[in-house]
Amino acid sequence: MIDGITHWLIGLGASVRAGVTRLGFATRFMIAVFKASGPTFARPRLLIHELYHAGVLSLIIVLMSGLFIGMVLALQGYETLVRFGATEAMGVLVALSLVRELGPVVAGLLFASRAGSAITAEIGLMKTTEQLAAMEVMAVDPVARVVAPRFWAGVISLPLLAALFSTLGIYGGYLVAVKLIGIDNGAFWGQMQAAVDWRYDVGNGVIKSVVFACAVSLIAVFEGFDATPTAEGVSAATTRTVVTSALVILALDFILTVFMFRGSAVG
Amino acid sequence: MNKRTIDLWVGIFVAIGLSALFFLALKVGNLLNFKEERNGYELMARFENIGNLKPRAPVKSAGVVVGRIEKIRLDPKTYEAEVRIHLENQYQFSRDTIATIYTNGLLGEQFIGLEAGGDSEYLKDEESIKKTQSAIQIEKLISQFMFSQAQKSPDTPDAPTGNAAPAAGVKKK
Amino acid sequence: MFSSSASNGATAEAVGSGVNNDSPTISLDNVSFGYTKERSILSGISLKVPRGKLVAVMGGSGCGKTTILRLICGQHAASTGTVNVNGQSIASMSRDELFAHRRKLGMLFQFGALFTDMTVFDNIAFPIREHTDLPEVIIRDLVLMKLNAVGLRGTALLKPSELSGGMARRVALARTIALDPELVLYDEPFAGLDPISLSVVGQLIRKLNDALGMTSVLVTHDIAESLKIVDYIYFVSEGKVVAEGDVASIKTSNDPFVKQFVNGEPDGPVRFHYPAPPLTEQFAEARP
Repeated sequence: MIDGITHWLIGLGASVRAGVTRLGFATRFMIAVFKASGPTFARPRLLIHELYHAGVLSLIIVLMSGLFIGMVLALQGYETLVRFGATEAMGVLVALSLVRELGPVVAGLLFASRAGSAITAEIGLMKTTEQLAAMEVMAVDPVARVVAPRFWAGVISLPLLAALFSTLGIYGGYLVAVKLIGIDNGAFWGQMQAAVDWRYDVGNGVIKSVVFACAVSLIAVFEGFDATPTAEGVSAATTRTVVTSALVILALDFILTVFMFRGSAVG
Repeated sequence: MNKRTIDLWVGIFVAIGLSALFFLALKVGNLLNFKEERNGYELMARFENIGNLKPRAPVKSAGVVVGRIEKIRLDPKTYEAEVRIHLENQYQFSRDTIATIYTNGLLGEQFIGLEAGGDSEYLKDEESIKKTQSAIQIEKLISQFMFSQAQKSPDTPDAPTGNAAPAAGVKKK
Repeated sequence: MFSSSASNGATAEAVGSGVNNDSPTISLDNVSFGYTKERSILSGISLKVPRGKLVAVMGGSGCGKTTILRLICGQHAASTGTVNVNGQSIASMSRDELFAHRRKLGMLFQFGALFTDMTVFDNIAFPIREHTDLPEVIIRDLVLMKLNAVGLRGTALLKPSELSGGMARRVALARTIALDPELVLYDEPFAGLDPISLSVVGQLIRKLNDALGMTSVLVTHDIAESLKIVDYIYFVSEGKVVAEGDVASIKTSNDPFVKQFVNGEPDGPVRFHYPAPPLTEQFAEARP
């Protein structure tokens, strides 16, 4: 019995220690990425190349999801609002939920699974095939050459993708609310504009998406760089990128929402 | 994939991404109006009770949005609510303007309505609106109604005077 | 601060090359190394590589051959002992000096390690573009020259995935020598090649070494091909040098390890069985 508890405690301690060590590695890695970021902006060609892979290739999935989520929001919102005779508030409902929450969060989740996993797999594969080691021997810092451009491409892409997601979502909501259900066009936009504050709602939404972008990009490049250099190692790292990113996005979203919007929720 | 195609796509991506941001700020978030507001002026108004009024709620005159509520605080000496109102420069109000807290529909959000008076002088930045009317509280209305009903009926020996008491009286019945 | 350290490096280099004209380019002196304290990969290894020579380090799989290369290019630091290149200890190098050292060094990785997202041309241009400001016209000529040297000028616009194993190895070789290194390290250059590609790569290694005046270290377990091309051979087993000699003396050696290795005998100084208790004992254990 005592033995069992001791065994369990030892296991717990070991996993906590491993977790903390990894967190430390990730932090040091982040500092290294920031230090090595100078050349990324001095040579925009690499950054543009990665922007294409992280941003442009994620466009379709983000735009389509945004459109559909906006349409579903409007349909479901109508069901509720019509009971209170407040269907004119549809614009507010759609815009606020997209700009504050769904835009940054869902775009972040989609980005993690589309671009984040690809970044991890790519860097992991470069490690497995000794391409990173080859760079190091050629006196080229792989963090500056491979990791930093991908990190910054992610940081730049996600806020833009989140804004596009929200925009398409609002358009989808408009299609359903105004064109399909027949809510007054002026009321839809007018109420939205009266209720949504550009700094408070839109600005905080953008801040959220920037924070998520940093988190997801860092997780993606770190998992790739830290992957065990085997086929199984890379596939495990790719999975970890998606799972960790999702959890981190949701946790950060809660924390940010508490700080940003608590004022209006309470009083 | 050659460099020009990649450049083109990245250019398109960044351009539509930025225009989406502008769309959200301008069309959805009404940034243009906000800029006008920044050029406005601020007034103070004191209310006995503000009900559910919140910061950033609209200030309307004759139903037109003319400004927003900037800040709400409780005056620790008089126990009145002190509301800071931001108004656009193009709207000037006379010194005897009445500020009233209205509710949008039965359950909607609350806002401040301004009714201009006849004074020839206008309110200036940082001045106070003297005449205010507090929010109508539905609970209070109901209790007043109950109270008057209770007084009319003869079989109630002790006429309640407080706000909460009429409810108890109703229960006794 | 930066300029002073750079000039220090330059003087050290000048002094080093002046003193060490006759002495070996690379020398490992009683070097030990292990990823963990419990298990050491190299235990007190010493070897010398003279300037302009092609030296092979041979041994079974997992005996620490690749680790020797990583020590020489400074990716790992020795636990004890010193690794000297051109008379300067790797351990004493600053980060800038280490990068300067690596710029004069080429390494061919086991499976080529070509960058999969670039064409053959860009792969070879990569080190040139990273370390020089040459105009694109000159880079093009340089790349085509290197590709011509390995006989693959026609593949310039292909992706590495479109090459056969042997061609990929030769492209990697061209990339390794792109900046005309003084010192080239080969990590298993023959692994997984067919006999024709194998002897093509072998001949290229020898020819490049002589033509460009490079010093080369070849880590391999391919004894037949090595005997054809190298100047000197070290045999490494269990983290130590167990035999050494030039090609003629290796061929006639009576050393049991060398004989086992050259003839490919399954049992000898290198045991067939992984250490274990005798079979009869272990059978007996299970039965009470």
